[in-house]
Amino acid sequence: MALKMVKGSIDRMFDKNLQDLVRGIRNHKEDEAKYISQCIDEIKQELKQDNIAVKANAVCKLTYLQMLGYDISWAAFNIIEVMSASKFTFKRVGYLAASQCFHEGTDVIMLTTNQIRKDLSSPSQYDTGVALTGLSCFVTPDLARDLANDIMTLMSHTKPYIRKKAVLIMYKVFLKYPESLRPAFPRLKEKLEDPDPGVQSAAVNVICELARRNPKNYLSLAPLFFKLMTSSTNNWVLIKIIKLFGALTPLEPRLGKKLIEPLTNLIHSTSAMSLLYECVNTVIAVLISLSSGMPNHSASIQLCVQKLRILIEDSDQNLKYLGLLAMSKILKTHPKSVQSHKDLILQCLDDKDESIRLRALDLLYGMVSKKNLMEIVKKLMTHVDKAEGTTYRDELLTKIIDICSQSNYQHITNFEWYISILVELTRLEGTRHGHLIAAQMLDVAIRVKAIRKFAVSQMSALLDSAHLVASSTQRNGICEVLYAAAWICGEFSEHLQEPQQTLEAMLRPKVTTLPGHIQAVYVQNVVKLYASILQQKEQAADTEAAQEVTQLLVERLPQFVQSADLEVQERASCILQLVKHVQKLQAKGVPVAEEVSALFAGELNPVAPKAQKKVPVPEGLDLDAWINEPPSDSESEDEKPKAIFHEEDPRHTRRRQPEEDEEELARRREARKQEQANNPFYIKSSPSPQKRYQDTPGVEHIPVVQIDLSVPLKVPGMPMSDQYVKLEEQRRHRQRMEKDKKRKKKEKGKRRHSSLPTESDEDIAPAQRVDIVTEEMPENALPSDEDDKDPNDPYRALDIDLDKPLADSEKLPVQKHRNAEAVKSPEKESVPTVEKKSKKPKKKEKKPKEREREKKKDKKGEDLDFWLSTTPPPAAVPVPAPSTEELAKDEGEGLRREELEDEEDNMDHDQERKSSRHKKKKHRKEKEERPRDKKKAKRKQAAPLENGAAEEEPIPPMSSYCLLAENSYIKVTYDIQASLQKDSQVTVSVILENQSNSFLKNMELNVLDSLNTKMARPEGSSVHDGVPVPFQLPPGVSNEAQFVFTIQSIVMAQKLKGTLSFIAKDDEGATHEKLDFRLHFSCSSYLITTPCYSDAFAKLLESGDLNMNSIKVDGISMSFQNLLAKICFHHHFSVVERVDSCASMYSRSIQGHHVCLLVKKGESSVSVDGKCSDATLLSSLLEEMKTTLAQC
Amino acid sequence: MIKAILIFNNHGKPRLSKFYQPYSEDTQQQIIRETFHLVSKRDENVCNFLEGGLLIGGSDNKLIYRHYATLYFVFCVDSSESELGILDLIQVFVETLDKCFENVCELDLIFHVDKVHNILAEMVMGGMVLETNMNEIVTQIDAQNKLEKSEHIVYTGLFCISQDLSQAGLAGAPARAVSAVKNMNLPEIPRNINIGDISIKVPNLPSFK
Repeated sequence: MALKMVKGSIDRMFDKNLQDLVRGIRNHKEDEAKYISQCIDEIKQELKQDNIAVKANAVCKLTYLQMLGYDISWAAFNIIEVMSASKFTFKRVGYLAASQCFHEGTDVIMLTTNQIRKDLSSPSQYDTGVALTGLSCFVTPDLARDLANDIMTLMSHTKPYIRKKAVLIMYKVFLKYPESLRPAFPRLKEKLEDPDPGVQSAAVNVICELARRNPKNYLSLAPLFFKLMTSSTNNWVLIKIIKLFGALTPLEPRLGKKLIEPLTNLIHSTSAMSLLYECVNTVIAVLISLSSGMPNHSASIQLCVQKLRILIEDSDQNLKYLGLLAMSKILKTHPKSVQSHKDLILQCLDDKDESIRLRALDLLYGMVSKKNLMEIVKKLMTHVDKAEGTTYRDELLTKIIDICSQSNYQHITNFEWYISILVELTRLEGTRHGHLIAAQMLDVAIRVKAIRKFAVSQMSALLDSAHLVASSTQRNGICEVLYAAAWICGEFSEHLQEPQQTLEAMLRPKVTTLPGHIQAVYVQNVVKLYASILQQKEQAADTEAAQEVTQLLVERLPQFVQSADLEVQERASCILQLVKHVQKLQAKGVPVAEEVSALFAGELNPVAPKAQKKVPVPEGLDLDAWINEPPSDSESEDEKPKAIFHEEDPRHTRRRQPEEDEEELARRREARKQEQANNPFYIKSSPSPQKRYQDTPGVEHIPVVQIDLSVPLKVPGMPMSDQYVKLEEQRRHRQRMEKDKKRKKKEKGKRRHSSLPTESDEDIAPAQRVDIVTEEMPENALPSDEDDKDPNDPYRALDIDLDKPLADSEKLPVQKHRNAEAVKSPEKESVPTVEKKSKKPKKKEKKPKEREREKKKDKKGEDLDFWLSTTPPPAAVPVPAPSTEELAKDEGEGLRREELEDEEDNMDHDQERKSSRHKKKKHRKEKEERPRDKKKAKRKQAAPLENGAAEEEPIPPMSSYCLLAENSYIKVTYDIQASLQKDSQVTVSVILENQSNSFLKNMELNVLDSLNTKMARPEGSSVHDGVPVPFQLPPGVSNEAQFVFTIQSIVMAQKLKGTLSFIAKDDEGATHEKLDFRLHFSCSSYLITTPCYSDAFAKLLESGDLNMNSIKVDGISMSFQNLLAKICFHHHFSVVERVDSCASMYSRSIQGHHVCLLVKKGESSVSVDGKCSDATLLSSLLEEMKTTLAQC
Repeated sequence: MIKAILIFNNHGKPRLSKFYQPYSEDTQQQIIRETFHLVSKRDENVCNFLEGGLLIGGSDNKLIYRHYATLYFVFCVDSSESELGILDLIQVFVETLDKCFENVCELDLIFHVDKVHNILAEMVMGGMVLETNMNEIVTQIDAQNKLEKSEHIVYTGLFCISQDLSQAGLAGAPARAVSAVKNMNLPEIPRNINIGDISIKVPNLPSFK
């Protein structure tokens, strides 16, 4: 034995270790593969030895080889051997190798279960840690099921090092074994509040990953995360939480409202760019999810955009990139706010970093408007010329087309300009996007009728130019545009100036070098052209010229007949025969033009891409019905292929009609004609081809209007599109002048102020009054069918309701010994009970249960609602009046409902007793019930608990607006709002109501600033200037204006003298009026309703650095509930806790003073004890409160 | 989630590969090659994000990388990770390596890939960030190394590596960055002094020689 050991260690002396292996590989650069295969042979020898150290060394080397791409799965068993070594060193090597090469398909993995369980419960934390780390990489459904319980125990391990690993790995376990999610979730939730920041961070991490996939199940955790967000200082955790909120807000807009404020605070305060960026991102998500009814809406957007601008302007490319990325998210919903940063984004187009340029391009897409489209495209065109790499140039090209064509060419005012842009783009060489340009040309020419003439002239020029044909060697190259050009020239040949010349261009020998599909279009459209030329010539009675054209075709077409492309060949030979026939007729002097043109009569309408799919299945047509009898089952196997064919058949073939008699057929034919006449998909024959546009129904209403520029511009030395830009500017200028004139005329009579001089988008009238023909869809088209979710999504299994209480059957499988029973999966265990239960009373029983579940859901919903509504109720909204009767009634109803529920439950029990002999079940039932009872109790209490409930509870109508001043002309009320975002600013909202018959205008508000309080005036005005009110008031109208005041100290109430001056104008004339007022800034108006948890509140009181003061008011008759509501409303407090006739309340000032109140109600008196970080503030506040209470 | 962590040198030779999703060895090599092609084309002064996440699952993924002298550190992550956060994590990783190897250089990674794996395992587990506090990571690594030493003094001679190879020292990270990252997780510091921008402003660590 001893000898063997010695021998072993001597052998080892000659073994290579990892370093030797690496060195060897580096020294055998030429025959690396050979050397490695030699090493693998050695490793195989080493693995055969008994010595664990040798094995570990071999496995270590294998791990390295795995990285180089060698398959090491053959050593899986040896790896397990090393994993089970008693020494940590070897164990670690084994687990590392396993984590690199084990996966679900590794068959020996099932041997590891017990070893891993042993390691998990090892006294050494590092053994456990290494096992957890390894397991996280190769966990399988079986391992997850067998080890879930062990890992869950580790979540409460004494060492945070183990706890955090156990928490993290739970995510992997959930993924592989979704049944474990519900039993493990409560503990996971607990870990969110773990004292160790690492564990907490891990828990946040796991829940964020879970919630990202199925956010709706985690909405109920929002309050907890909200608390974490406001208390945590770990940026990693904050980022995760903020990202999570970004995923939750789309589901619950109210959450967004609650988030805006803390997020904006973070944005203001943090200096960590990563956090700032995520905050901005989530604020954007919130704003997207909110409807526009937010008061601070535009302010938040502005803040985001402004911060993003800072990022984009940063010299760090990463920040620049992220800034642009986030900007594009804002763009989708708030394009206006991004548009003002056009300069910056255009600047980014010049950046040396391609990813940044591409991002900037994306942004441009959303920024264009009618006004700036030409300018932006012009800029892009210069970039196209400058661009070096073809990929970036191609990207530019597609973006130009995207930008111009977006939302049905909405931003294009001048289609001639667009066509010339497209033509200019054809000069690009080596682009892959010829077909894109072609598609645009076709689309525009077909859908914009007024542009056809211009398009045709441009296209004929393209057909004439040689360079496009020359480029035909490239695949997908720019020659693709010839496809469009040929088709447009053919289809709209009546607009051609010199059709003969175009015809010749299309028949040049060079054309045969073009790709087949383009040649085919050439051939087809040559005939269209030919038809229209014939028509012209015959009308002019120029038979000689007509025959010449025919001769030309007869001469040139054979070159296409010889084409290798089948399509071209077939078309050409067909047409050649036709033309030869025409030639014969012409020789006889028969007029043929009419008939040839009839070949191409009718309008081709654009059809929506999905139209075909949306044609509804006609009634009575069953596509799945058998046409023939289904094949019998007894068919022999060799006939099977045939059977398969039959199965597919009915999908394609229509049901064969039985033969009808003549009458029936005639009737049907008539009906079909009728249907065709109404169906846009049928090309209708029209009697006269020249009039075909007017004749087609549905097109008459489209006015074909004359174009401004009847002669296409041709100024040498300047690209066409630039000329259009200039022209467009002039045109717009002219338009504006005309409009101004008109306006001035009007104003002479009325003398009204002219509106802002800036030109809005809507003001620009398009150069051509173009009706864009929309794509057609079948009548009664089916609604669009959305793609189903991917059924293979592994995360779908985790879509589990986590709020249902745990049932008994839902336990993680605990393994005592490996016996046959334990191998069963938990579903199997639970099956028998379910079956027994469902024997008879199933149906009856189900109903109340379901109801119960729904109720529970509701309750959970209520909880969340409750939390979400603890935000201050909007100040200006008066709440409906309360009545104690109603309250009582409500409660009564609630009780009655509960009684009913109980009855139901009892019935439930009865049935159960009858149906089942097991007493166990009853126990369970009761168990389940208990939490419910608790919840009921909670609900009863909860209702009057906090002022959040005020939304549901009726309280007297209250308005925070109080009278500022009033005279015969005008009534002025005001309210002061503070916001946490600005610690020394308040906003005064003033409602001005015109009480007279005069028209009030030029209103101006001015106050006498004190040292402490100043009104914010526009830049450049002195302290004595007033601030103009941004509106005028017609008689009987009221409107609200807002003024910002800056305040230094907030501990004392302030009064400011001020004047409102205005001009009152009526039929007799105008008078200048003044109204003096005193603006009262109460201390309460500096407070902001801030929710506070009772534990935080207790801590605050214990801290001892608060000053104390108290008041007592007698003779109060109001109910305590309403009293509290009143304090909450007028003084911006929130209720922390309420017990009987005693309540604690909390609020915060804009400068961060904490104010705590204890309100007690006696028989007819109320005493208020206050604690506040500032004594003066407290006494001022209590004075104000005294006044309020005295009115009760 | 982090989908994969790759380290390779300027010539595309893999120095560490960690995939948090199972792939066959061939696919792994292909991913490494393609990632190298994507990353090595880029200039030094362009942004560190790449959206060509077609290699590893879907368009949701991003490549976030940093280039230190001869080595590229590439993390492939999905949208649940913060881009700037991952950049910081790479920095923490490199600085931890620097601490554990005492002036790390490419050769350290070549000869001790197992140790690098062990360090990484203390930072990222199963694709999720486990620990970002460098002191905590180093403490755990040291403790494990001590445990290893105590276990078999007998074998150390064989397993310890010939130190002659370890090449000249590697620049320590700039003091500012180190202290910034050190503080990353300490709850007492106010949240406004923190990781984010600091390590971004430090362009690239001066080099493995």
